[in-house]
Amino acid sequence: MKTFPLGGVHPPENKLTANSQIQYLPVPESVIIPVSQHIGAPASVIVNKGDTVKTGQVIAESKGFVSTNIHSSVSGKVNKIDTAIDTSGYKQTAVFIDVEGDEWVESIDRSDKIKTEIRLSSGDIIKKCHESGIVGLGGATFPSHVKLNVPAGKKCEVLIINGVECEPYLTSDHRLMLEKGEEILIGVTILMKALKVEKAIIGIENNKPDAIDHLTKLAVQFHGISVHPLKVKYPQGAEKQLIKALINREVPSGRLPLDVNAVVHNVGTAFAVYEAVQKNKPLFERVVTITGKSLAKPGNYFVRIGTPVSKLIEAAGGIPEDTGKIVSGGPMMGKSLVNINVPVVKGTSGIILFPHGESERMETGPCIRCGKCISVCALNLEPYLLMMLSLRSLFERAEKEHITDCMECGCCSYTCPAGRPLLDYIRLGKSTVIKMTRERVVK
Amino acid sequence: MSNLLNVSLSPHSHGQETTRKLMSGVVIALLPALFTSILYFGYGAIIVTSVSVTSCILFEYLIQKFIFKKPLTITDGSALVTGLLLAFNLPSNIPVFIIVLGSFVSIAIAKMTFGGLGNNPFNPALVGRVFMLISFPVQMTSWPVPAGFGTGYTDAVTGATPLAIIKEGLKNGESISQLVTQIPTPAQMFLGKMGGSMGEVAAVALLVGFVYMLVRKIITWHIPVSVIGSIAIFTAILWLINPEKNADPMFHLLAGGVLLGAIFMATDYVTSPMNPIPMIIYGCGIGVLTVVIRVWGVYPEGVSFAILIMNAFVPLMNAYIKPKRFGEEVKNG
Repeated sequence: MKTFPLGGVHPPENKLTANSQIQYLPVPESVIIPVSQHIGAPASVIVNKGDTVKTGQVIAESKGFVSTNIHSSVSGKVNKIDTAIDTSGYKQTAVFIDVEGDEWVESIDRSDKIKTEIRLSSGDIIKKCHESGIVGLGGATFPSHVKLNVPAGKKCEVLIINGVECEPYLTSDHRLMLEKGEEILIGVTILMKALKVEKAIIGIENNKPDAIDHLTKLAVQFHGISVHPLKVKYPQGAEKQLIKALINREVPSGRLPLDVNAVVHNVGTAFAVYEAVQKNKPLFERVVTITGKSLAKPGNYFVRIGTPVSKLIEAAGGIPEDTGKIVSGGPMMGKSLVNINVPVVKGTSGIILFPHGESERMETGPCIRCGKCISVCALNLEPYLLMMLSLRSLFERAEKEHITDCMECGCCSYTCPAGRPLLDYIRLGKSTVIKMTRERVVK
Repeated sequence: MSNLLNVSLSPHSHGQETTRKLMSGVVIALLPALFTSILYFGYGAIIVTSVSVTSCILFEYLIQKFIFKKPLTITDGSALVTGLLLAFNLPSNIPVFIIVLGSFVSIAIAKMTFGGLGNNPFNPALVGRVFMLISFPVQMTSWPVPAGFGTGYTDAVTGATPLAIIKEGLKNGESISQLVTQIPTPAQMFLGKMGGSMGEVAAVALLVGFVYMLVRKIITWHIPVSVIGSIAIFTAILWLINPEKNADPMFHLLAGGVLLGAIFMATDYVTSPMNPIPMIIYGCGIGVLTVVIRVWGVYPEGVSFAILIMNAFVPLMNAYIKPKRFGEEVKNG
């Protein structure tokens, strides 16, 4: 079975919610919608305090090409426009809306009927994605229309659809593939049309045999889409690793998938594209896994963007006594929350509650030079060295050792028998090197 | 609210592998060899091992407590491994004071002067062993012949190791075919029925430990295989050139410390390279140097020296031989 050749780890999967059907989380009394839920320029707010908004209405407009629209996920009155802490722990501008009813914008098709026929042209699809605020829902939240716009001189030969979900615990993509398989495949066809490619490959890890079966059967009716099972290994969901695993091409350091004539989109994104293009529904809702070993009712939910995480935890049975850490995203790359009132955003794939005992780091010992960090690094970097260089502020050398290639997957820290915070220091080094490089360009 | 959440950067989970678990894995891998050495050399093996292990742990403890004055890390098991490996490199009838002295050199000089675990450039157990070999050549080369479990500590019958028999014999002008009658058969050597260091004699026990460490992913195959492979190839060439002057490869692999060295000493994390290619160069270097010392050197055995010499090249190899990074120099596919 295919996988990427270099490095990787296989943490306990803990997919507790793999069999929980996606439910709709009730619309909360109020939502907080940050204007920056994507990579790129934050959107600029176009509503004022006291304005009445409908579900699906644009409340902040895309600023430039690498940016996207933000829509209201509820109907009601804008309470204030103020700063709020988001999942990253930083403050940013957000629109606070008090909910009144649930009145949607009229143009949205709210029926359950699946629409197969694709009417829009390639350019219109890309425009629609931009207008609908579609971003990469795997977690990176890169505006999708940017990836669909193939620049002159570049060519896309194959569309890769990421259904890997290699992070432990998370099951939102898994459930979506099972429950919205047909919609996803139509979404993939739309993406293929936008990119003008004839071929799409869906990569799914082998711990989701039901999803592989389901999509394989459905794919027969679609032109050019094939499903490939992959050996379970983290970080297979990383773009470059997935491309290597599926089509055996290596994206050069510092370059993009298009340099090997491929584009990667997540299954969740394909579903959002379906809804935007076929149903006129902008991205204001996503599937979130709420899970944890001590949680009473872990599950998967369609959640309106801006819903406080606390509402989701309530739906899952409330915060267990022994909770020591709450993480937004997966255990390998997620962010630990400072506050449970932060809103669910476009990039929130899951919320995990870790009990005490699993939420503390182990004691740090000296590096015993076992080399395990090197052997698990999917990019063949030397994490032990990058940490030591950062620790001693030798950033020029860290740059030569390719520190900026690091994608922060966390395999090194996960594996280190001495419990060394390798990735913490690599992040420090990486951000310093990026700053250094920028200053050099300015000079 | 008293129930505060922990906040940290990702990853939020850990693979549960720890330094202590890795060290206990090495200890478990050494148990078969410890068992055979007790079986062959009797009480002497028990005494030598206990003295070596106890003094290594004690020296590390004392230095950490009274000189370093930092939190004690004696429970990480690294001193235990050094103690066991040092004992394995000694004859089973060696006087206690020499063992204590050797342990002191291993721990205090070879390890703790550099800052303790993770910082020493040379394999501590081997530094201790070479120190003892040079300082006490007589005691360090009077090898008891395996005589069974009942053997006392000092009453063991001693005899030359197969390597020494060959070395002396060739020096006196005898040929391999004449000498072959004086050395054990390959089968006897495989089981360890020959004179030598306590832990090195039983190839079978060491190989069991090797397999365990591979399965448990404590070490990779690169270093042991390249050491063993390069010795086999080099000695095979010499043997094919002149089988009357050079022993066969099987003999070179089973006699002396090749397996103990290749599996347990050369693979010491701290003093061996961290990337596959340097690992193979390092392993081949050890193999070639071992054969050079055995065939042309003064000493009949050269594994310890070969490993220590190659240890010196490790920082250089780590700094200059870099793995090929993902996405570097890609061919257009």
